[in-house]
Parts: sequence; structure tokens; C-alpha cells
Amino acid sequence: MAKILMKGNEAIAAAAIKGGCKFFFGYPITPQNELPEYMARELHKAGGCFVQAESEVAAINMVYGAAGSGARVMTSSSSPGIALKQEGISYIAGAELPCVIVNISRGGPGLGGIQPAQSDYFQNTRGGGNGDYRLIVYAPATLQEAVDLTMEAFDVADYYRNPVVISGDGMIGQMMEPIEFKELPKREIPPKDWATTGTKGKRKPNIINSLALDPAELEKHNIRLKEKYDLIEKNEVRYEMYNIENAELVIVSYGTTSRIVKNAIAALKQEGINVGLIRPITLWPFPMKAFDEIPKTVKALLSVEMSMGQMIDDVKIANKGRYPVHFYGRSGGMIPTPDGIAQKVKEILGGVK
Amino acid sequence: MAVVFKRTNGLKDIPTHYCPGCTHGIIHRLVGEVLEELDVLGKTIGVAPVGCSVLAYDYFNCDMHEAAHGRAPAVATGIKRVDPDNIVFTYQGDGDLASIGAAEIIHAAHRGEKITTIFVNNAIYGMTGGQMAPTTLIGQKATTAPYGRDKEHSGMPLKVSEMLATISGAVFVERVAVNTPANIRKAKKAIKKAFEVQMEGKGFGIVEILSTCPTNWGLAPTEALKWLEENMIPYYPLGNFRTPEEAK
Ligand SMILES: Cc1ncc(C[n+]2csc(CCOP(=O)(O)OP(=O)(O)O)c2C)c(N)n1
Ligand code: SF4
Repeated sequence: MAKILMKGNEAIAAAAIKGGCKFFFGYPITPQNELPEYMARELHKAGGCFVQAESEVAAINMVYGAAGSGARVMTSSSSPGIALKQEGISYIAGAELPCVIVNISRGGPGLGGIQPAQSDYFQNTRGGGNGDYRLIVYAPATLQEAVDLTMEAFDVADYYRNPVVISGDGMIGQMMEPIEFKELPKREIPPKDWATTGTKGKRKPNIINSLALDPAELEKHNIRLKEKYDLIEKNEVRYEMYNIENAELVIVSYGTTSRIVKNAIAALKQEGINVGLIRPITLWPFPMKAFDEIPKTVKALLSVEMSMGQMIDDVKIANKGRYPVHFYGRSGGMIPTPDGIAQKVKEILGGVK
Repeated sequence: MAVVFKRTNGLKDIPTHYCPGCTHGIIHRLVGEVLEELDVLGKTIGVAPVGCSVLAYDYFNCDMHEAAHGRAPAVATGIKRVDPDNIVFTYQGDGDLASIGAAEIIHAAHRGEKITTIFVNNAIYGMTGGQMAPTTLIGQKATTAPYGRDKEHSGMPLKVSEMLATISGAVFVERVAVNTPANIRKAKKAIKKAFEVQMEGKGFGIVEILSTCPTNWGLAPTEALKWLEENMIPYYPLGNFRTPEEAK
């Protein structure tokens, strides 16, 4: 198929429909509005349905209902909106339902701003909902990757019966790039015999639920969930290693920031400084094992983020105390420059030399 | 021997957890009977709330979906949109529907969502131990209104049916009570009508049912029925507020 030029938000929406998404429930917030707008235009043509909810709280609960009925369903929002969705996300994870949630994030806290930021790392990977649950979180760096991951996200969600988050910042949502819709490698998805579709008088009633008043029963549920999350950690980790061989320093960076980092790496190369990159594609499960592949030539790690340093905790855990870990970040919608990153690298290497 | 009374197939054969004399049980039975009589149990999905009826999903003999506190109408929207041929109902208390879930119920009605809401108004938060609800009457004591509800402090009790009847998508709105056999028969009729309205695809329907909470009202079950009649009905008048014909 030929490549077409699309805006990020629309590309993700189109990919979702290609991935089998039939239902979309959302509420407007910048910078992701083109996504629900695309769904409003296109979803009915695919035999599905778009509803503009009265709030993010309602939107995610509509997702909860549709997912319980066995449908492929998606919602999208941006940072403060995702904050409101956390209640529903916890219920969906607790009831083990598949869905896809897109967070095209912006600067915070509070109402913050509308420019791109990665300060929802905690929100996406830890979540603000209650209880012991995990979300699979994809952080695409290009629109092609956003499209590929979104299409696959529906399969992954169905396979594990778990919500999947597509975490992109405002840049991913707003920029245009050529993309191609490729065929997916298919997963064997178990039948949705748990869904509330009506018994038709043929089976016992199904119950979609996250309540377990008996502590022993709830603990059992949480242990089972943990086993599922362990399996996801084992099977679903994705990352990119870039320019790692003979590197003096390794930067850890994801999403659009990692693209700026690659420019910084190229500039540093001109000056004879060799810097590598670990780019997590899954923020959860975090690519711990990538850090075992760091060569002996490396003197330090540098976490580069569009936040005040939220991923650095995971970097430190993955590093297991092997290298000093530094941080460079911009926040509030300010975007790191290749120069700023290169400067920081030189500062660190100057210090350790 | 002729059978004059039997269990409805609309409910599972298990005992409920409700307090003795609580009218939640009667309301369950009415909904179960109606679903059985309309022969829709096989294509019905009920949405249970948070509140004393949180375990309703264990009692109804159809597919059930548990919702977060107040969110049942949004969950029901998702379910109904997936398969509009299915019958979808929410079962909600007054704290659930009139307080934390006020936005969800108003907007489900506003969209004319083709679902049926069974709204159990007992003028108090039962499950959490008798706190004030938006529907608690003036002067009525609750654990968070220990001197009785005061209008200046907490506003007047919210009249949900009257409010929803102003919304054009709400095509069936009726308030009933379950304090006497005659009223129970009327309540069943209203519930049946509300489901029929949904089956005909006409829009949103709600039946507000005045119910008792002997435990948190601190009254014996029979006194609670009397209290309902003497205190709730005068403020929450029974009757139909909207039919599909009027809603046009
Ligand atoms: C988000 C949230 N807030 C509060 C609660 C606690 N809670 C459980 S039931 C309830 C009140 C229910 O009252 P009502 O809807 O009137 O039902 P009733 O118990 O009287 O039948 C509250 C506040 C909760 N479960 N979730
Ligand atoms: S607390 Fe009140 S509403 Fe709840 S079951 Fe007991 S009597 Fe019924």
C-alpha cells in the first residue's frame, strides 16, 4: 500500500478502525481533538458508533460497558482528561476487560498548558486509579510506529483482557508524517465467552464485576492478576537500542523526545563523542533487560524526558546501580533541543573523565 | 393443586442480603417478574450500582454488569450502543443516581438513551450507614445531618422525576411507591411500561420508586412503611410525569 500523509491524531484514529475498533467514547480536550472528530466522521462507516460523552468520567464508563459487551472499544484524551478517567480504568482493569486508551499528553499539573509534555509518565505507568493493577503502555516515537502499535493494541488488549494505553505527547498528535497501514501479525484470541451479550436462554448469566467483598477472594484475584502482569512483562517488552556499541554514555529517552536525542547523538558524533540510546517502546513493562546489554565502554546514563524526571526512577531500577544516572529534562511544554542535550552530555563526560 | 404464588424466574434462587423489611427485595421481585413476563431475560443486561443493591448482579437471572458509584447510566450507554436490540436497565439508589451520578443520569436521559432506570429512593445512604442523601427530607435526621436536614445548609431535597421530566429525551418518567399492596401493583405496571417503552425504541425511561430503609431510619419495618406514606409521598408525589405521547 502507498504511503499517505496524515496528522498524528487522525492516523491513530484510522489505525484503530483498521485494528477493529467499533466503538469510541470521548470528550474534547486539546491537543487530541482531531481523534474523536475523525471517529465521529468515520466510525459509523465501519459499522460502529461514536458518542461524545458528557465528561471523561462518563466516556471511560461507556468504554467499560461496551468492553463488557465484548466490543472493540477505544477512548482518547489528554492529561487532565486521563486524570478523570482513572476511576473507570481501575474498574476496567479490575474486571479484566480489553480496551485501548490514547493519552496525547500536555503540560501539567492541573490545567497546565496545551503544548506537548511527557509529564504523564507516572499517570500512564502507575495510574491514578485505586488498587493493584497494571496497564500496557506503548510510547511511539513516529507516526508509523503510532499506527502500527495502535492497530496491534486491540489484539494485545483482547489477548490479555487488559487495557492498553497509547502514550503520545502533543507532538505525536499534531505533526504530520507519511504512514502506511500494514497487515498485522495475528494473535490467537480466546473467544469472549465472558461478555454480557444476553444469555439468549442458552447459558448461565455472565457478570462483569470488580467487587470482591471476601478478602481471601480479592487476594486470590490480585494474585491471578499479578501472574498475568508477570506474563506481560515476560512477553511484551519492546525497546530500541541505538548506537550502543562503543558508547561512552547511554541516553534513555522515549517518544518524540528520543527523536531529538538522535539528532543530539549525530551532532556529538561529529565531535568524536560516541553516545548510545535505549528507547523504551513499552513504558510498562519497562525494558529492564535492555540495560543488561550496555557495554563496558559506558561511563554514565542520562535520562532525557519532557518532564521534571518521572522515568528516572525506572531507569535507576533497571540500571541496578551499575552506572551513575543523570537527568536532563524540559517541562511545561518546552521542548528539549539537540544542543541542550549535547551540552548536558559533555558536562557529564567532562565530569567523569 | 393450583399454583397461586411462585418464585419468578427473573431472579436467581438465592437469598438476598437486604435487611429485614427493606423494600429493595420487593423492587427486585417486581423487576424480575416484569422481565420474565416480557420474555426478555435472554437479551437483558442489567447494570448494578454502588449502594445497598451493589450485589444486585448476583440476584437477577440475566447478564449483569457492575458499575462504579453513579456511573451506571454511562456503562448502560456503552452496553446498549454495542447491541441496540438488547434490553438494558440500571438499578440505582438515590445517592448513586441523584448525587455522585447526577451528570450521568441527566445526560443519559438527555441523549434519549434507550435504557430503563429503576431508581430506588429511600431518602438516605443505606450502605454506608445512614448519611444524608440529596433526597433526604427537611428535618429528617441522618448521620451527617444529626440535627435534621436544614434547607439553608443543604438545600431542598432533589425531585429527580420532576427534573428529568423537563428533558426531552426522557420519554417515560413515573414515581411510584412500594408501601402498600395497591401501590406495589401500580409500581409493577410502571416498571412494565418503562421496559415496553424501551422495547419500542422510544427513548429513556425511569421509574422512581419510594422505598424504605428501616435500619437507617431507625424504624420497625411497618413503621417505616407508614413513615414513607406520611413523609415521603407528600413531598414526592406519586404519578406519571411523562409518557411517550407527552414527550413528542
Ligand atoms: C467513588 C465512591 N464514593 C463513595 C463510595 C461509598 N458508598 C457506597 S454506597 C454509598 C451510598 C449509596 O447510597 P444510595 O445510592 O442511596 O443506595 P442505598 O445504599 O441507600 O440503597 C456510598 C457513598 C463508593 N463506593 N465509591
Ligand atoms: S441499610 Fe437500608 S436500604 Fe440497605 S438493605 Fe438495610 S434497610 Fe435496605
